[in-house]
Amino acid sequence: MTNIGKSVIRKEAEDKVTGRAKYTADYSSVGMLFGKTVISKHGHARINNIDVSEAEKVPGVRAIVAGERFPLTGEEIRDRPPIAVDKIRYHGEVTAIVVADSPSIAKKAATLIHVDYVPLPVVNSPREAVKKSAPLVHENVALYEKDEGVNPIPESNIANHTKIRKGNIKKGWDQSEVTVENNFSFPPSDHIAMETRSAIAEIKPNGDIHIKTSSQAPFMVKELLSAYFNIEVGKIIVDTPLVGGGYGGKASVQLEILAYLASKAVGGRVVKMMNEREEDLISSPCHMGLDATVKIGCTKEGILKAAELTYLVDSGAYSDKAIHLSRACAVDCTGPYRIDHIWCDSYAVYTNHPYPAPYRGFSHAEVHFVFERAMDILARKLRMDPLELRRKNAILPGDTSPTQVVLNRSTVGDVPQCIEKVKELSRWNEGQIIEVDKRYVRAKGIACVWKNSTIPPESSSGVVITFNEDGTLNLISGVVEIGTGTKTVLAQMVAEYFRMDTNDVYVRMNVDTQATPEHWKTVASRGTLMAGRAALAAAEDAINQIKDIASRVLKVRPDDLEVGNRRIFLREEPNRGLDFKEVVYGYTYPEGNAIGGQIIGRGNYILRNVTHLDPETGKGNPGPEWAVGAQVVEVEFDRRDYTYRILKAISVLDIGKVLNYKGALGQVTGAMCMGLGFGGRESFIFDQQGRVLNPQLRTYRPVQFGEQPEYIVEFVETPHIDAPFGARGAGEQGLLGMPAALGNSLSVAAGVELFHLPLIPESIWAEKEGRE
Amino acid sequence: MLKLTGTTNITLNINGEKRPVTVRPSETLLGILRGKLGLTGAKPGCLNGDCGACTVMIDGKPMKSCLMLGVEAPGKKIQTVEGLNGTPIQRSFIEHFAFQCGYCTPGFIMNCQSLIDTNPNAPDEIIEEWLKSNICRCTGYEEIEKAIKSVLRDK
Repeated sequence: MTNIGKSVIRKEAEDKVTGRAKYTADYSSVGMLFGKTVISKHGHARINNIDVSEAEKVPGVRAIVAGERFPLTGEEIRDRPPIAVDKIRYHGEVTAIVVADSPSIAKKAATLIHVDYVPLPVVNSPREAVKKSAPLVHENVALYEKDEGVNPIPESNIANHTKIRKGNIKKGWDQSEVTVENNFSFPPSDHIAMETRSAIAEIKPNGDIHIKTSSQAPFMVKELLSAYFNIEVGKIIVDTPLVGGGYGGKASVQLEILAYLASKAVGGRVVKMMNEREEDLISSPCHMGLDATVKIGCTKEGILKAAELTYLVDSGAYSDKAIHLSRACAVDCTGPYRIDHIWCDSYAVYTNHPYPAPYRGFSHAEVHFVFERAMDILARKLRMDPLELRRKNAILPGDTSPTQVVLNRSTVGDVPQCIEKVKELSRWNEGQIIEVDKRYVRAKGIACVWKNSTIPPESSSGVVITFNEDGTLNLISGVVEIGTGTKTVLAQMVAEYFRMDTNDVYVRMNVDTQATPEHWKTVASRGTLMAGRAALAAAEDAINQIKDIASRVLKVRPDDLEVGNRRIFLREEPNRGLDFKEVVYGYTYPEGNAIGGQIIGRGNYILRNVTHLDPETGKGNPGPEWAVGAQVVEVEFDRRDYTYRILKAISVLDIGKVLNYKGALGQVTGAMCMGLGFGGRESFIFDQQGRVLNPQLRTYRPVQFGEQPEYIVEFVETPHIDAPFGARGAGEQGLLGMPAALGNSLSVAAGVELFHLPLIPESIWAEKEGRE
Repeated sequence: MLKLTGTTNITLNINGEKRPVTVRPSETLLGILRGKLGLTGAKPGCLNGDCGACTVMIDGKPMKSCLMLGVEAPGKKIQTVEGLNGTPIQRSFIEHFAFQCGYCTPGFIMNCQSLIDTNPNAPDEIIEEWLKSNICRCTGYEEIEKAIKSVLRDK
């Protein structure tokens, strides 16, 4: 293989270092109008009145949208008015949109809209939300339109309940000689893509709707706008250029709806909307919080027997993706261990918080934090090395997942090998805790991870390959380039298949839903599998067409021909053949007559054998494969003031065949950095009224340059047989164990079990001193 | 005397070109570059000076263009990422895979270029101090560190 595994430089690299790379908000046109949202200042309040009279008088204001009852939106339950009516349910909820000639006029007018609120009692955590006495976020949850299989509980804040019933839980507890039970929690936080969300909408006179948006899911924008507003789906055309970071946050459809309504309010003129950072943090969807109870049991020898788990997903004010997120919590509700008896109850719970989008790892880093912390607490009770406890229980081919899928070598990576390697790389044997001096200690924590995707069974991906006259080719895929380099990897795959140089494969970066074959969503680390398989199918289709033409010209059988270096030739006599440029635009005989035409290869892929989950037991096949790994974090902890430095972060991940080494490394270390931020520092801080007190980057600080640890990354390459070249998902896995490994290292360092994120010095101090 | 209401005409010196432009006194340099001059390399990330994505160079020093008014800029040499081409730091960012989504990249590159120009022997602490003013959410910063150090150390 000449292209696969190589650190091929991403196709759009030069554009990105010269400022020429264009993102949604970089596009403007003369005459374009600008939309600006007005967002609520309360966590929960009745809207008495919205006074727009002063705002309307501002010269240059073209429309104000407020108080209008639009169809309800939301992915599995239609519970969300795109613009609030009657009441607001979270701090940051959109209450009005101003459309004006310039951003500054829109902003000025927005400040002149006066909303008269009557504050209501607030539901400030999922734990509070499930109490009998809790105020209801939605009074009539049972009346909402919803997908089949989604069952909100009437007169409660519970939007859905997913059950896992594997084995016989009573038997599991009977066999358990040592058990632990603990509560864990963390508040919502955010993705902080550096590009805030933006969307540009226009409605043409014939009713065609053009949306340009910074989205991971342009095809969902089309599908959902069509469903919400009863518009023929083909009339919605969505264009997505480069996206400045997604991490799941741009897989939700929100700002596009507002841009569409804004354009509609001004007769279909072009309207651009761009979130300011504060809006991007709290108004658009965030990263879920979680409240969990974990009970696990094992024999005296440390063989896991039972797990009983309750997950309360902070679904915020609207259920949108939260139901799916809570389902994913149930699917991989434990770490990557063999456990024969599992009960899990995962609830999506309404609160008066911003509502969640997917977040890199889709519920897995969240579940891993609570489960892997519990594993360490269990190890301590057993007086067993926590790494050894994990090694003993590591899941293997032949074992079953929580949803009762029988695993094989292809569908699950090699957990024991990951543990073995991370043990070496972290020098685990030198001891989990090392005293530096009276003040400082160094401590290590471990976590094991796994992840499957839980995307719908019918999700598909398509690729088209067209040829240029010189024999080079163009690759067109619906994968959005959000930074993962997937389109460059697809070019590597196709080049490998054609045995040609990656430079001879041109990649279309923009996605246009009218011209690009659909790729369901650029999420779930599934680009390389789904678009990869589609790309290889398209390549095969193109090669067959080339062979067909060439076989007639050369008067040989098509299957005696091979391709390579932009030529098609006889396997036995490589000198006898044709250059691609002679064939791919049709072959012209010396007499002047021609056959064929431009070669257009097409391919698609749909996930195989993925099923819905049984509503009573959760039994079913959630996705194609589990990528696995083992991770260690080492900290230096100051026992005097509870501050710490992260010295090393180590990941050994089984991502199958590595397709682009430096690209994969960057995905993993970037994800690790994000995970350490999530575990160590990032969270929304709510006041008693459910208001977010830190909605800007000055008070919500992601990891900065210089704070990063030393990263150590190694790959194990157990092939996933179904995937192109045996690759597994790799975009999320680096993040998954970081909060847990950080929590485990700090619990050892501080000598106290830590149950809550973020792990800031103050909360470690409070836990240690037993204070609230 | 600059008129401080309505609009005013100013001439900016950007990447060696004189660019006359009509602005409101409250317009930020970032807004003018992007909205009036089509120089969209400088990116809005927070409009608050927290993220560094809009960094340009003013008389050779890095400046967050969201924190500077356009009317403060006449008479100063403004350099944006569009004015850099084929520089060692740009090549180094590519070779070291120092970006993924690329949104923070122009800001990082302008900050790095200014550091290279003004402090070519910068020790590690100075590099860290300078680059702390930019946020990258995709990488874990390791590649950016390698990119800047390879330019500063390999000279």
